[in-house]
Amino acid sequence: MASRGGVSDTAAPVREVVRHRLFTRIWHWINAVTVIIMIGSGLMIFNAHPRLYWGHYGANFDAAWLSLPRFPGWLTIPSQYSLAIARHWHLFFALVLAFGLLAYMIVSLINRHFQRDLRIRPEELKPGHLRDDLKAHWNLRFHDPENPAAYNIFQKASYAGVIVILLPLLILSGLALSPGMDAAWPWLIDIFGGRQSARSVHFIAMGAVSLFVVVHLTLVILAGPVNEIRSMVTGKWKVPEE
Amino acid sequence: MISRRSFLITGTGGLLAGCDAVDSSGIGKSILSTGDDAHKFLQRSITDRAALAREFRADQMSPKFRVNGTANPNTPDYAAHAANRFADWRLKVDGLVQRPLSISLADLRAMPQRAQITRHDCVEGWSAIGKWQGPHLARILDLAGLRQSAKFIVFHCADAIGGAPYYESIDLIDAYHPQTIMAWAMNDAPLSVGHGAPVRLRVERQLGYKHAKYVMRIEAVASLAGIHKGGGGLWEDRSGYEWYAGI
Repeated sequence: MASRGGVSDTAAPVREVVRHRLFTRIWHWINAVTVIIMIGSGLMIFNAHPRLYWGHYGANFDAAWLSLPRFPGWLTIPSQYSLAIARHWHLFFALVLAFGLLAYMIVSLINRHFQRDLRIRPEELKPGHLRDDLKAHWNLRFHDPENPAAYNIFQKASYAGVIVILLPLLILSGLALSPGMDAAWPWLIDIFGGRQSARSVHFIAMGAVSLFVVVHLTLVILAGPVNEIRSMVTGKWKVPEE
Repeated sequence: MISRRSFLITGTGGLLAGCDAVDSSGIGKSILSTGDDAHKFLQRSITDRAALAREFRADQMSPKFRVNGTANPNTPDYAAHAANRFADWRLKVDGLVQRPLSISLADLRAMPQRAQITRHDCVEGWSAIGKWQGPHLARILDLAGLRQSAKFIVFHCADAIGGAPYYESIDLIDAYHPQTIMAWAMNDAPLSVGHGAPVRLRVERQLGYKHAKYVMRIEAVASLAGIHKGGGGLWEDRSGYEWYAGI
């Protein structure tokens, strides 16, 4: 988040800025728990029929594009096979995820967090800029010394990608798995070209979110985990020395 | 002092272990199941209660429709009915009705029919598309004359799973839905034993376990408490699946 007014003392050797607003911090930690529960319970639900198909129908006699062994108990919620309990977890936290995202989107549009911090400017997409930013990442420099609190292009693209593409895709493809919602909103099925396609998209989007989580945690560790985690708890972030 | 990394790892592991602890506590379970109620409330509040499930063309049907759950009730009584092609079988309709009924298969076939090609969605995740035909449940309920106090329709079945008789229940919104039929035919042939002969329920906006096979008796009740374990269905009682399976 931008550093507007957050500079504590320019003369001090360590500059501190307010990096994350309260709403962003709350949403982040709710999601940290929710995403782990959704993935764990989702893998258990997948275990009930670990095959994926394209189209409207798909069962044992039909051709699966993906057929996996069951995920092990240390990755699933609950750890012992129970489709019923996994569904209770998944359906409860689906509401937390969906309405949390909706609230976050509304608040972030109103307080201009999206427009100010996540808007990608055309000059950021120029090959030269992308190359320089990539090089800086390889050298473990993640912040622009001129404007250290601003997100770089890769951060913007991945955060915006998760918020406006991946999470809505997960929510819509999840809704398309509900026979009640399919009857009420037939367009859900049309978007994906069938309930089994929606189930496949749901699984692929889960994989993409998992990849995001792994890369995100890796970069938090590389960028200095104490400062990064503190900034997501208290909001205050120390500007790294160049 | 533990490192941040091990904190994150033990935190995640602890969360997963914590989930198992929540499952085994009564309060944890009841909090989680409020989610199911919330989904039902949202669906019933913001969507059209009479919305129809999608119907497909004949060329969109599954080449092979798998048999799931009980493949044959295998009781002497059922075997005798099956051997006799259900000629002496009767569907009983009783409970909170003005006129208890006993309907033969021929009677069911003679009633006004509805045929529909719909998608069957199993709670496990697979789907199959098949054609179903039979009279509206609403028609049968109207013939019996539902009493004002009736709130749920219970389907008692010929099969048992783990020693417990199969049963299911739906509310009147789904019982009177135009696609809710008592199907005696599937894919233009009389229902096979594997798919629930002589008659199964089709309640198209809910998951597969609600579509009770081998229906012997339809009972109108005011409350589901007191019927078997009170969950409203065998899988609800046995494993804790949602009673409202439109999710």
